[in-house]
Amino acid sequence: MSDNIRKVEGITKESTEALIAETLAVYPEKAKKKRAPHLGANDPASGAACVKSNKKTVPGVMSARGCAYAGAKGVVWGPIRDMVHVSHGPVGCGWYSWGTRRNMMSGITGVTSFPMQFTSDFQEKDIVYGGDKKLKTLLEEAHDLFPLAKGISVLSECPVGLIGDDINSVARTSAKELDIPIIPCNCEGFRGVSQSLGHHISNDTIRDYIIGTREYAEPASPYDIALIGEYNIGGDAWSTKPLLEECGLNVKSVWTGDGELEKIAATHQVKLNVIHCYRSMNYMCKVMEEKYGIPWVELNFFGPTKIRNSLRQLAMLFDDHIKAKVEEVIAKYDPLMQAVIDEYKPRLDGKKVMLLVGGLRPRHTIGAYEDLGMDCVGSGYEFAHTDDYDRTAPEMPDATVVYDDPSEYEFEKFADALKPDLIGSGIKEKYVFQKMGIPFRQMHSWDYSGPYHGYKGFEVFARDVDMAINSPTWKLVKAPY
Amino acid sequence: MRQIAIYGKGGIGKSTTTQNTVAGLASIGKKVMIVGCDPKADSTRLILHAKAQNTVMDLVRELGTVEDLELGDVMKVGYGNVKCVESGGPEPGVGCAGRGVITAINFLEENGAYTPDLDFVFYDVLGDVVCGGFAMPIREGKAEEIYIVTSGEMMAMYAANNIAKGILKYASSGKVRLGGLICNSRNTDREDELIEALAKRLGTQMIYFVPRDNQVQRAELRRMTVIEYSPEHKQAQEYRTLAQKIADNKMLVVPSPLEMEELEELLMEFGIMEVEDESIVGVAEQAAA
Repeated sequence: MSDNIRKVEGITKESTEALIAETLAVYPEKAKKKRAPHLGANDPASGAACVKSNKKTVPGVMSARGCAYAGAKGVVWGPIRDMVHVSHGPVGCGWYSWGTRRNMMSGITGVTSFPMQFTSDFQEKDIVYGGDKKLKTLLEEAHDLFPLAKGISVLSECPVGLIGDDINSVARTSAKELDIPIIPCNCEGFRGVSQSLGHHISNDTIRDYIIGTREYAEPASPYDIALIGEYNIGGDAWSTKPLLEECGLNVKSVWTGDGELEKIAATHQVKLNVIHCYRSMNYMCKVMEEKYGIPWVELNFFGPTKIRNSLRQLAMLFDDHIKAKVEEVIAKYDPLMQAVIDEYKPRLDGKKVMLLVGGLRPRHTIGAYEDLGMDCVGSGYEFAHTDDYDRTAPEMPDATVVYDDPSEYEFEKFADALKPDLIGSGIKEKYVFQKMGIPFRQMHSWDYSGPYHGYKGFEVFARDVDMAINSPTWKLVKAPY
Repeated sequence: MRQIAIYGKGGIGKSTTTQNTVAGLASIGKKVMIVGCDPKADSTRLILHAKAQNTVMDLVRELGTVEDLELGDVMKVGYGNVKCVESGGPEPGVGCAGRGVITAINFLEENGAYTPDLDFVFYDVLGDVVCGGFAMPIREGKAEEIYIVTSGEMMAMYAANNIAKGILKYASSGKVRLGGLICNSRNTDREDELIEALAKRLGTQMIYFVPRDNQVQRAELRRMTVIEYSPEHKQAQEYRTLAQKIADNKMLVVPSPLEMEELEELLMEFGIMEVEDESIVGVAEQAAA
């Protein structure tokens, strides 16, 4: 994807490998042996992963990872706005994951969107006697209270799997009785090594219960596409969807940000799937390709350079009408984006950023930082797989450090050595680095800001990065030691 | 207060033996409580003369939470002033019976069921210790004394040995000890000698050999212990003796469970398994194929 191999001053393969060796040195032999393959120096020319990934977190190190339930509820199912999503089990999982991902929803609450917290609130008696009957009652009540909800997802928390409740049979019976789709999702938190399996399980349930069950009312057009893996964090989809529409394409459905169940269910009728978050939804793209022959393309809408490349890549798949439209759009936005760059780049040029986010952004956002003159000196994922690291290699400058599922200690150690001007990661990391005096942005939730996607998003992104790095606050903070 | 847990293979007669022993203890003036730890909830029927005791978990289900439950709702007093509680739990195939035992015992502790006037608390536990819940009675601070009900049948002895392994695990981290094997006779060959030998290997004793007698069955049909139904019958005397032996028992040990081969050797020694059995294992099937 990137045109040439970039270098960062002071970073060589030797310096990065020495840093990794020094970091690993404090570990006991067994932990060292396990962690070593997960840390590496990037080799952009190879275009291949330099680290091992998707393995169980080494005991004793703090991990930023979530669980399968988090992947199902927070990422894939939760954002669909016209459904009721039930956190099935004790109250905490649902409550503390409520709204935290900042996937925004339009609509009227309780009528066309349901951004509420539904849970079966397991008590001792439900563990001992099983929660199936309670689930059945809950489904009836939810349907009575919210008859306009298009469907219900049942997202299992750990105890449901431990006691072996048969949510699939309850869902089957209730779906028939209530005449709405009810999707049982066996995403118990203890399954798998991270939230990644939750994405996969959820994709599988979309495949088994949803896709192909509806049709679009409007006649088909050659420009029908779906936007996959766009979760509308901080309103991202409200930037990318209009952008694609401006290019002359019909975005028939968005998976799953501000999503609508029936549009998602009819996605088998589109001509092309545009995927943004590859990690969490490549599974369904592959299913739709195999089953319905729908091609798919991975695009990146962070920063004007990547957007431009992505739109042209997209135009190649369509006729001259779209090609012309895309050039019009690029011509329209390029000067606007240049104005943003002209404003912020002088204050950000040469600054260094380190990233640790979920499964996509540590590679996708690099271009946006580079548009602002910044260098990414370290990147890594919580739960990415080898194919994600393969895609990361060409995006990162030469020999920069790549870390998979790093511990708090490793991340701090790298930051200490590389002295970044900004760290982009999650809430669990935020205060650690701010206390070290390093500017920080939460890059899961866009830190209560957004959107960051699309042209509209780049302006917000540039402003936020500038505010974080150049805030006078950091000059006033003095460590007490 | 001595807290005693009774374990053993399913169907070996744990509940019958426990209730008859408890009746025996009551008849010599001891104050006893029985805690049934089995979702079938049949550990107290001979003492209460009724099967349908309100169980802890049934009431929890009815009331919604365990916090709303009162001790008086679940504790009944039966023959010989024996206090009876059943943990209860789900029908087979749903939910988590083990958690039911944990919930029930926690409830009893928190609500002061273990009053200082009690001489004994007996836990009658479901046959197989399939999960942590059924080990609850022998965790820290609860039963420190265990009796295993067994017979001369191979699978009963196998289960007894397995239970000894469980006791060993908890003994190393706590105070739980094995008090002995109770042989509930099935009239197998040389049964008393065999169980004596097994007990010796396990480092414990056969505390009593309860002979088989249909009087137990007759009493049970009338929802009574033998001691209540026919106090003069010789079988009633057997249980009184067992009760006295348990009351007097000082031999509490950390068991030394056997390996499977050792157990088989023991059975061969007593002629239950033929030594040359090894040569015919699987042969019949081969010949047929």
